[in-house]
Amino acid sequence: MSLVVKDLHAAIDGTEILKGLSLEVPKGEVHAIMGPNGSGKSTLSKVLAGHDDYEVTGGSVTMDGADLLELEIDERSRAGLFLAFQYPAEVPGVTMANFIRAARQARMPEGEELEAVSYYKDLYAKMDQLGIDRKFTARAVNEGFSGGEKKRNEVLQMMMLDPVYGIMDETDSGLDIDALKVVADGVNSMRSPGRGFLVITHYQRLLDYIEPDHVHVLADGQIVRSGGKDLALELEARGYDFLKEEVVVAG
Amino acid sequence: MSSEAVLDTGTQEAIDIDRSKGDFSYPESHKFDAGVGLSPATVDYICDVKNDPDWVREFRHKALKTFESKPMPTHWATKDLENIDFDVIRYYLSDGTKPTRSWDEVPDDIKETFERLGIPQQERAFLAGVEAQYDSEAAYSNVKEELEKDGVIFVNSTEGLKEHEEIFRPWFGKVIPTGDNKFSALNSAVFSGGSFIYVPKGLKVRHPLQAYFRINSENFGQFERTLIICDEGSELTYMEGCTAPKFETTTLHSAVVELVAMKDAKLQYITVQNWSSNVFNLVTKRGIAHENAEVRWIDCNIGSRLTMKYPGVVMKGRKARGEVISIALANSGQHQDTGAKMIHAADETTSNVVSKSISVGEGRSTYRGQVHIPKHLKGCRNNTECDALLINSSSRTDTYPAITVRGNQHATQHEASVSQVSAEMLFYMQQRGLSEGAAMSLAVNGFVNDLVREFPMEYSVELKRLIELEMEGSVG
Repeated sequence: MSLVVKDLHAAIDGTEILKGLSLEVPKGEVHAIMGPNGSGKSTLSKVLAGHDDYEVTGGSVTMDGADLLELEIDERSRAGLFLAFQYPAEVPGVTMANFIRAARQARMPEGEELEAVSYYKDLYAKMDQLGIDRKFTARAVNEGFSGGEKKRNEVLQMMMLDPVYGIMDETDSGLDIDALKVVADGVNSMRSPGRGFLVITHYQRLLDYIEPDHVHVLADGQIVRSGGKDLALELEARGYDFLKEEVVVAG
Repeated sequence: MSSEAVLDTGTQEAIDIDRSKGDFSYPESHKFDAGVGLSPATVDYICDVKNDPDWVREFRHKALKTFESKPMPTHWATKDLENIDFDVIRYYLSDGTKPTRSWDEVPDDIKETFERLGIPQQERAFLAGVEAQYDSEAAYSNVKEELEKDGVIFVNSTEGLKEHEEIFRPWFGKVIPTGDNKFSALNSAVFSGGSFIYVPKGLKVRHPLQAYFRINSENFGQFERTLIICDEGSELTYMEGCTAPKFETTTLHSAVVELVAMKDAKLQYITVQNWSSNVFNLVTKRGIAHENAEVRWIDCNIGSRLTMKYPGVVMKGRKARGEVISIALANSGQHQDTGAKMIHAADETTSNVVSKSISVGEGRSTYRGQVHIPKHLKGCRNNTECDALLINSSSRTDTYPAITVRGNQHATQHEASVSQVSAEMLFYMQQRGLSEGAAMSLAVNGFVNDLVREFPMEYSVELKRLIELEMEGSVG
């Protein structure tokens, strides 16, 4: 069982960004996608989540065999796809506790109510694990949060919603080293044979803490190279430019 | 049953409120019917039926003349007012039921109406007193013995002007003079129903007093008249909630509510209004705050074809405080024209206005705010915030603030904003598994959340549910 992307083409405002991207993330594995700015990293995460601005012009995406592209944004989420945003939106007036509760409630069968006491117990335990002050339950979602607080809260939400596949979009951006460790520990604690991760990052640094099983390099809307975790180190050492040369040579 | 268990049941029923329950009516047999149209004979009919004292009859006739002499305020307000046909409205209907003290004495069909409205039986145990208005006479009124012993008067306005003239008459029509506007004059001519409350000196009424209003006759205008007086150092919260059945022709509702807070008194008036979308709701509400007294209007307007309502506070004594907190939601075919009037008439008076409006579909919300601080005063402060949320591209909002501050020893602050639920916010919420409708609903509830908290628990739960219902069908 895996998240399978086949020859995916996607465009925004008529400009093609993804140009035949293929990728397979089996359950139990962590795959990293690295790439320079403008290579299509964030587009990939938004297309997988179902953002309306992007038009899928070709290819397919299946999640454990089901056609992901047929599903609405919220249906994808409830089916087990979670996107940790690079820039999470603020939701004024809606507290963290109520927001996550509403998201959990949306996963309950019709007519069933979330049990409040066990919900809060669970929420507090995970906040403690991530070093998030319990006062945050009463704060409006992402409003006035620092960059690090936002990212911690993305991981908190991921833990609370227990997805089958987690996509981390530039989760390391804006994090100092301590916050990075906490976030990485959170993700690592969720690694399991029943769950896959797609970790999108510009820098190798994050991968020191979340060790990937596979590394893919994205350039100009395609995966141009795949390898083990050593590939990330090589990229770090040589920069993205050497890949461009290889692509030119290969082409 | 413990009191806590009762509260739970009540809250549960409030959550399960069914909007369709507002859309029904029962066959009516009215013992008294003033017929359609408005003339001196109509006024006399009402006086005769109600057995009004002469001073009230005179008051009504004078008001009718004032009403007839005043033009429609369409030079500043919406032209939709011209669609009100005063000649087809029934100005007085009553089934002749006298206000009853015990629930057992209430006629069965009236009980059934309350049942279908979802007014929880258990809630009565929590209310210090309930006055439920069925058509223009109070069908049920109950003031707990405890309050009576304390000297609180909680009766309908008819009883108030007859039985308590010495307290009623000095303030009646003084906070809002007959000629304040065309609709206050109309109300003064044909008023029936509404409440009269007097809280004696120093008494802090612990439980909110509550009234339910309901229009139940086609083409029947409801003109209730409420006067609340809090004597020195006393405190009171009054709650008014409305639902109305749908009719095919327009219905006019034009209330006048006068509040008086004597020295050091605190008076809070809470309204949740959910009229059906054919109702013209043209209400005049104003309070006078004497020295160091406080008048707060907490107001939520949902539904109606047109609501015009600008609760006001005249701060007459030093250090008096006035506050208006309002939420308005205008759906397609609805216009919420609401706001606040803050008249500073003494030194060191403070006023605060926080208004949030939501326009859905082709709904229109208008904020009109008047703040008046004259030159001879010192140390006055006003804060005004009005925020509008537009849901659809066809939604509309307008803001007309009129702030007159003279002199240089005052502080005023005005903030206004117009926002939309951003596509990125919706995407984020949907990515967490909420449907587009649920996401929109949560975002709107978030927008008004800080104001909803000002409402008592059972109202805030109902309010959130009402907002969710209004948001259904606004997306997709």
